[in-house]
Amino acid sequence: MGLAIAHRFAKEGFDVQLAARRPDELERAKADLEVRYAVAVTLHAFDALDFHAHESFMASLPKLPYVAVCVVGLLGDQRANETDLEAAVGVMRANYEGPATILGVIANFFEARGSGTIIGVSSVAGDRGRATNYVYGSAKAGFTAFLSGLRNRLAKTGVHVMTVKPGFVATRMTEGMNLPPALTATPEAVAERIFGGYQKGANVIYTKPVWRLVMAVIVSIPEGVFKKLKI
Amino acid sequence: MRLSGWGRFPIAECNVLCPRTEADLIAALAQVPSLATTIAPAIARGMGRAYGDSALNTHAIVSMTAFAHMLSFDAHSGVLVAESGVTLADVISVFLPRGWFVSVTPGTKFVTLGGAIAADVHGKNHHKDGSFGGFVEWIDIVGRDGVVRRCARTENADLFEWTLGGMGLTGVILRCAIRLRRVESGWLRQRSIPAPNLAAAMSAFEDNTQSTYSVAWIDCLAKGANLGRSIVLLGEHALADELDVARRPAPFVTPRRRMRAMPFDAPGFALNQWSVRAFNALYWWKGSRGARQTLVDWDSYFYPLDSIHQWNRIYGKRGFAQFQCVLPLAASRAGLEELLSVISASGQGSFLAVLKRMGPQDSRFSFPMEGYTLALDFPAHPKALALMERLDAITLAHGGRFYLAKDSRLSRATFEASDPRVADFRAMRSERGLDQTFSSIQSERLGL
Repeated sequence: MGLAIAHRFAKEGFDVQLAARRPDELERAKADLEVRYAVAVTLHAFDALDFHAHESFMASLPKLPYVAVCVVGLLGDQRANETDLEAAVGVMRANYEGPATILGVIANFFEARGSGTIIGVSSVAGDRGRATNYVYGSAKAGFTAFLSGLRNRLAKTGVHVMTVKPGFVATRMTEGMNLPPALTATPEAVAERIFGGYQKGANVIYTKPVWRLVMAVIVSIPEGVFKKLKI
Repeated sequence: MRLSGWGRFPIAECNVLCPRTEADLIAALAQVPSLATTIAPAIARGMGRAYGDSALNTHAIVSMTAFAHMLSFDAHSGVLVAESGVTLADVISVFLPRGWFVSVTPGTKFVTLGGAIAADVHGKNHHKDGSFGGFVEWIDIVGRDGVVRRCARTENADLFEWTLGGMGLTGVILRCAIRLRRVESGWLRQRSIPAPNLAAAMSAFEDNTQSTYSVAWIDCLAKGANLGRSIVLLGEHALADELDVARRPAPFVTPRRRMRAMPFDAPGFALNQWSVRAFNALYWWKGSRGARQTLVDWDSYFYPLDSIHQWNRIYGKRGFAQFQCVLPLAASRAGLEELLSVISASGQGSFLAVLKRMGPQDSRFSFPMEGYTLALDFPAHPKALALMERLDAITLAHGGRFYLAKDSRLSRATFEASDPRVADFRAMRSERGLDQTFSSIQSERLGL
């Protein structure tokens, strides 16, 4: 999904900095972006969980970006997370601690400059905890709350924060899952929505509009009823 | 996964592998579920636009859609290096705004570079520029040994030549370098010449060999004196100063075409000889009102059907089969007359019959040869399949051959009789052990 977003911004002429744990795996993605859009692309080694290095990572970038998009996440296996705490902590850290700490650092850099847009990709799973994915969902809920607070803090500084809540997206994360087509978006469609939201200065977007409705219904079910449902 | 080619006939339950990186691809090729001690043969698949069973294989299909990266472009020579899953649509959308177009294109832009090489596709400029292979500088091919071989006219030349038109049966095409063509605009000057019969259509082609593009829509239901009546369409890339003054500042901007969709399978009776006859008569009437010259945008000119999403559904659930043969020049007139007489007498014809003059081509296993090629669709229906066998026999009797990218039903005996190169292709495959490692349902049917 991150690459689809990079393509969408590059198409508008944005230069791109791609940060990932194994940047060498992104060499052909870099070439592709450069050939297609004639923009400059750089690759940077980055580990979202290594928060001690976040400041030096940001300081090491050749240029402070205008827009930072965080697409860090790990779905994990809910059943395994119920007994394997190592796995559960991995999911919690990858979906909350990592994304929140790096965006917190980026926020400070952007605030000092007085401009910039931070885009955090959270999930509809954070809107309400459900039996089938509450470890992942709770970490996303934390991230959503973090983004909301960050937006509030930075509102008067010229830095904008946008929360993105995708539903099902057909990516490597969901490969092999049986997803309902009406609720499933392509990464390109998600990227299009994100770019549109960026241009409009939106605060919170659902990448497939139907999800706003679906989640409104799910969130409004009284807890006494909700706890007995299988959804 | 149930898969088919574009004709939706035949359909097969296939095991599909989706590698994302070169290392994944090599691992996938080495680990295909084995049949006893031998490894099950595999076939690469791109957009699935071959009509029949060229990219079907029940054991292992290697989907190349994740290999869609462009790797480099040289703005002086126009050479693009890209992975094989990049489509022509992709190439055009990136490079037309910079003044480049694909050098050879088939009738759809939704094909991958790998597919275009494997079928060595041709376009409306074959008589002048030859097939796609002529614009391929080199190809990287992966074998089941996991070795990536760079091949070109000067390096592994044998493998290069066999891979052009080799239907993916020489290995998995991973990357390639192709040469694009310079254009000054996204528009084409089209001239249409009404030809009341086959002789007139053929002379329109012969009189216009200097035209960059030429193709004819042919009414294959017309009979008697009208047999072979056609609208011959000639085209040239428009120069910037041939555009309206208003368009000159942005010569590559063309109107975005409205995508229409075929939302459901048409019922079986929707296409019958009356509806087709009515359509053809109307098309002829529209096209025959004198020679006309118009400016047409590239998308409508090269890809009239691409704007109808899933147009293949017009033939209904049972799917369709395409017949495409090429006849040597000397036998073309007599052969086409016989083919068209049999088709029009049967009353089974399609909206989409196409006639085209091909230029000379000397290649190991590619389809084109100098002469005329005729292509038309039939519903996959027993009556039509029987008619196609008669067309096969006529093609054979006139020394013609068949296009594997369109084929789903040719018999092994017919195919062997049509092309003396089959034996060489087989020998090459067995010598290199490729017959054990790469195959498609088509190659099994035809004994390749």
